[in-house]
Amino acid sequence: MEILNDLLNYLPAAIVAVGGLVVMMMDGYKAKSRLIYQTTMFFLAGALVIATYDLLYQEVGTLFSDMAASGSTAAFGTFIVVFGTFFTVILTHDYLIGVKHNYPQVYPLLMFCTVGMIVLATANDLVTVFIGLETMSISLYALAGIIRDKQLGVESALKYFILGAFSTGFFLYGIALLYGATGSTNLSEIGAYTDGSMIYWGGVSMLLVAFFFKISAVPFHMWTPDVYTGSPTTITAYMSTASKTAAIVALVLILERALPYAADQITSTMAIIAIMTMVLGNTVAMVQDNVKRMLAYSSIAHVGYLLVGLAAGTDLGFTAVLYYLLAYSLMNIGAFGVVAYYEKNHDVHFNNIESYAGLGYKQPLMGILLSVFLLSLAGIPPLAGFIGKYLVFAAAVEAGLINLVIIGVLASAASAYFYLRVMVYLYFKESKEPVKLMKPLRVYSFSLVVLAVLTLYFGILPAGITELIASYFSGNGLAIVP
Amino acid sequence: MFEEFFPIFVLIGISVFLAFVLMLISWLLGPSRPNAPKLRPYESGMDPIGDAKERYSISFYMVAMEFIVFDLEIVFIYPWAVRYQELGFGTFWAVMVFLTILTLGLFYTLKKESKNFSISKAKQV
Amino acid sequence: MIGIEWYLGVSAVLFIIGVIGVLTRGNAIIIFMCVELMLSAVNITLVAFSSFMGDVHGMILVFFVLCVAAAEACVGLAIIIAIFRNNITADINKINLLRW
Repeated sequence: MEILNDLLNYLPAAIVAVGGLVVMMMDGYKAKSRLIYQTTMFFLAGALVIATYDLLYQEVGTLFSDMAASGSTAAFGTFIVVFGTFFTVILTHDYLIGVKHNYPQVYPLLMFCTVGMIVLATANDLVTVFIGLETMSISLYALAGIIRDKQLGVESALKYFILGAFSTGFFLYGIALLYGATGSTNLSEIGAYTDGSMIYWGGVSMLLVAFFFKISAVPFHMWTPDVYTGSPTTITAYMSTASKTAAIVALVLILERALPYAADQITSTMAIIAIMTMVLGNTVAMVQDNVKRMLAYSSIAHVGYLLVGLAAGTDLGFTAVLYYLLAYSLMNIGAFGVVAYYEKNHDVHFNNIESYAGLGYKQPLMGILLSVFLLSLAGIPPLAGFIGKYLVFAAAVEAGLINLVIIGVLASAASAYFYLRVMVYLYFKESKEPVKLMKPLRVYSFSLVVLAVLTLYFGILPAGITELIASYFSGNGLAIVP
Repeated sequence: MFEEFFPIFVLIGISVFLAFVLMLISWLLGPSRPNAPKLRPYESGMDPIGDAKERYSISFYMVAMEFIVFDLEIVFIYPWAVRYQELGFGTFWAVMVFLTILTLGLFYTLKKESKNFSISKAKQV
Repeated sequence: MIGIEWYLGVSAVLFIIGVIGVLTRGNAIIIFMCVELMLSAVNITLVAFSSFMGDVHGMILVFFVLCVAAAEACVGLAIIIAIFRNNITADINKINLLRW
């Protein structure tokens, strides 16, 4: 049967969905929180194994009568999303217990959110893009306010919800207009259209606006710092990595398959948005005293670098973007993980940079891990963040966007200031009041160490993964790999 | 285009005109002698108690939300049921999966709801 | 026969009313209703295109939009209720803990 074959190729999503339902029912019938957590991990581990297998061996094709794609970018996106969720769940379990708000509802929500992300990352039709995006966003609204008696969290959930729903409206209008202009919602069939009418351009621009909203590119970034600061820290890590990965992989797919006709206009738009995003993200991050908020602005800046790769619009650019997403997920989950660790030893508002003074010596391992992640975010070799930035900028140079690259490199150099500032506080400032840090759980520090080691590994030996990604696109992406 | 709809516009015009004329006539001709009992809001002959804008318990909103979700799912089942003969048996299982998920959701909300009702009674906003 | 431009016009006007409502109103519930208005406006566009092209895909998308709107309504109302339990207000101008 064809449908069984399709399901077999869609197994990670199916496993996570079934897992989500199981965990939800366990929560309904009041199972122990720890048991729910273990079940979640069991299903996610299964999904991760299969996603890894798919990443390496899945054939390129389409599933469910052209609604979803398999192999190549789809498998890659699925892998990053499941991988990110796996670590998020580990960190979240510990974090929620640490801040004494252990709601087991967080696990089914995370699982459903992951299903949405996988659907989004593997979409081959605007309908699937819409369903995936909404499944993801709706779960994220709830996740942002999961600590429902803390005003801050609920407020961020409301902001996220209103602006997210607003952008959904634009997204849908974009789909409707594109459908009207081209007569189809299938990505390849839209790509076959070569007759720019008003309706077509209206649809393209609405679609792009909605995507800029979701990935928080600059004129549409206002919700990001507030939501990222107010949400539980590990959920912020999840939002800033997995959800962005899924959205950008979908965007890559849409740009590559559906909108080659609009490539020139999209390049110039992306270039302008990328400049604004990089400059604003990095400059505003400099004046932040709240570490979580600083990381929120830094994540905006990183979207700017990703947009540089998308602006290039070549196979090289897309390769660089996918690599960057992997590197960014690793280091950002790690950085937020350490911030969450510092935070759960105090109350939820323990994020001021002053309170980090001298923490580097209290728990040396955690200090070193945070330093590694921050250095990688700053783009210092030999870490994954450096290679990511290098690939993105190299692709842009290849595409002739020299001005964009100059601004990007300058912004990136300026960003070192606020990452290093945190490290200065960690190691070179005396703490005013005695702070007592609990020893982190072994599984917590172990998962962070895994992330740090992978960050280092992909920084030193990126060739394997870049070759894999380059093989997804027709062009030769190997020329620039160091 | 306007010619086609001309009768409808005429109808709308007549009905609006008629409504105003009838109100005007009753205002002009009807006797009007208000006194205190007549002006009071009617509540089965009793003296009115409390404010008309009473707050509902939040639990009602919870039920309303569930209603919205479960109500809309029928949108998917109807087209399937109408075209079942052509779609074949494979879609039967697809819809069964869909219904299973719905049922699980229903059980979950029932479990949560039973708890919710008692809590929201204890500490209403 | 009414031309498709009329449907598109109505839908565009409704969409813009929704957008303006979201941007200018202060009450969370009303903002929320305006968002729903935007989604419904899009539905009109989809159905109009779908019916004029004789292609059923647009109408199926409308089903999904309806369902997503319902799910969004649930989560949105739940969030507003949570806000109300914490702050006793639905006025978003008073919800201002987070600022840069």
